[in-house]
Amino acid sequence: MSKVSSYPQGVIQQVLGRCIVMQGDDIDTDRIIPARFLKCVSFKDLGAQVFADDRKELQGVHPFDRKENIGASILIVNDNFGCGSSREHAPQALMRWGIRALIGQSFAEIFYGNCLALGIPCATASAKEINQIQKAIELDPSQVWELNLTKKNIQSSLGSWDVAMESGPLEMLLKGRWDATSQLISQEAFLKQTEKKLPYLNNFTK
Amino acid sequence: MWELHRVAELPGGSTQLFVGLHLIHEVTSPQAFAALEEMGLHVRSPERTLATVDHIVPTISQERPLADPLAEEMLTTLERNCANYGINLYGLGSGKQGIVHVIAPELGLTQPGMTVACGDSHTSTHGAFGAIAFGIGTSQVRDVLASQSISINKLKVRSIWVDGQLNKGVFAKDLILHVIRKLGVKGGVGYAYEFGGPAIEKLSMEERMTICNMAIEGGARCGYINPDEITFRYLKGRLHSPVGEAWDLAVNWWKSLCTDINASFDDQIRFDASDITPTVTWGITPGQSISIDENMPYPESLSQSERLIAEEAYKYMDLEPGKPIYGVPVDVCFIGSCTNGRLSDLRAAAAIAKGRQVAPGVKAFVVPGSEKVGIAAEEQGLHKIFQDAGFEWRKAGCSMCLAMNPDRLEGNQISASSSNRNFKGRQGSSIGRTLLMSPAMVAAAAIKGQITDVRAFLPKSLENLL
Ligand code: SF4
Repeated sequence: MSKVSSYPQGVIQQVLGRCIVMQGDDIDTDRIIPARFLKCVSFKDLGAQVFADDRKELQGVHPFDRKENIGASILIVNDNFGCGSSREHAPQALMRWGIRALIGQSFAEIFYGNCLALGIPCATASAKEINQIQKAIELDPSQVWELNLTKKNIQSSLGSWDVAMESGPLEMLLKGRWDATSQLISQEAFLKQTEKKLPYLNNFTK
Repeated sequence: MWELHRVAELPGGSTQLFVGLHLIHEVTSPQAFAALEEMGLHVRSPERTLATVDHIVPTISQERPLADPLAEEMLTTLERNCANYGINLYGLGSGKQGIVHVIAPELGLTQPGMTVACGDSHTSTHGAFGAIAFGIGTSQVRDVLASQSISINKLKVRSIWVDGQLNKGVFAKDLILHVIRKLGVKGGVGYAYEFGGPAIEKLSMEERMTICNMAIEGGARCGYINPDEITFRYLKGRLHSPVGEAWDLAVNWWKSLCTDINASFDDQIRFDASDITPTVTWGITPGQSISIDENMPYPESLSQSERLIAEEAYKYMDLEPGKPIYGVPVDVCFIGSCTNGRLSDLRAAAAIAKGRQVAPGVKAFVVPGSEKVGIAAEEQGLHKIFQDAGFEWRKAGCSMCLAMNPDRLEGNQISASSSNRNFKGRQGSSIGRTLLMSPAMVAAAAIKGQITDVRAFLPKSLENLL
């Protein structure tokens, strides 16, 4: 279905798809995308390189290599996911692999912001609930789930759990206003006003 | 200052903030330009953007095309983008190239009262001038290119007040390592760190930059120091500094920025500079450091949250709790980076190296932070001092701070490094090990072949040389 595979656009109320479980706390951006892949001028190949070193080590049994997980779109993680460097290559790699939403106990601040800028919601749930969700998915990886941002829950025939999301980012996704660029450029009149009053743009005469 | 740059309030509660100076380099900009093209947008204010190349440039031969085709592609991509959009690029051999956080201040681009953004977390460096400066991701680089502004949430401010004065042989690097050790690497999350107090006021601009540079390693997105006479003196006469009447008006405005002595902070912490001794990291985060006089901590003596990472660190570093860091043998010594690759850093290291020899088997090299730093150092004969002592003298770039160029550790080599991150694998080998310290301490380690106390190496003439 092309709707799932195209990159996020506009209003994001729900993400539909299979789930993939990635266990462990403090998974840093160096692991998500090792530094050597930063030597690139486009994000387009990053999908294949996501978790490259971890995957090599696990020789085919890494969650991102397991057959049943190919095509999954919701990533379920544990605590402090995405810590470390500010590289946007990390969410880009996940997105290009196919991830459209994440649910975890907590996310590192910059990673969270980078995801939001791509239209990828990062919802949270307690350690206990994450555990339950992860167990349910592992029982039947072929199950299709719906992350519903309006109802703030994730559900399938295997069960339903509430998830949380800060109201600001939530509203941005629900209203399709997570794409900062177009909003920022739409304020051209205010940008000009700001420029007029900044001393260093006016020979310090203001 | 925040108010002055505020363009609008955005849905979701963030602020649209005008960016006074946008710095770009070859690693985090190409995707931003590509996105701009895809969206059919142009660069709104090319004259407020400056580009340079630093992360991937080799430091031995910079002949084009570069030996590494990927590195060459990144360079040509940046060159093409800058030419297409009319952005000023200070490239290799321009006399102005260098690490982005070194060149913007030395060219007078970074000024008090400005907002500075760059796709690099060490943008906090520029806060040393009384600017609001923060690192951004690639999407935000695109946003700044398109709109000269970003969407950002206001940070809380923690005052870090430092009394007293640094002792001989103790440097700004030791001070900031000490602060991060005490407050932790996550301690500053959600905060900007404002450094002040008698000890900070005495520091030169280069030392202040070292402090603010590493604020990010303490978790704080910004570092900040009020501008003063030292700031103004530093800026006077630089390439992009205001001149003539504008200079006087600028100084008046800059002075007005810091009158707010009674500002209320969200948090306040005090240190005493005279308590600080030469400091070295032993672990895998910049917060895992000790004084050269101390022994490495037993994990059991640490709090629960620190214990796990300490155990991981000992395993990775192959070091032993309870032992001193003094005397640990080193393989590689690196002097450079945006933390400590400025002229005063090289002078301090040269003062230690002068008339001595690098220990056999140790690879030691010096990478100036910019072409300008390199030229100034050569004018003062520092390169000769280093070369005579057995250090390699290189060309400007980030080099082994993150090893995206050919300078890297091999296998589990251990380095004494004047850079800012000792993360696992940071210096180019996935099992390589990094000990962070001041450049003078790195020079002393190179001479001794092991971690040592720079205070035993201080020449009588240090005062003159510094
Ligand atoms: S010197 Fe190191 S920290 Fe500084 S900009 Fe270069 S890579 Fe980043």
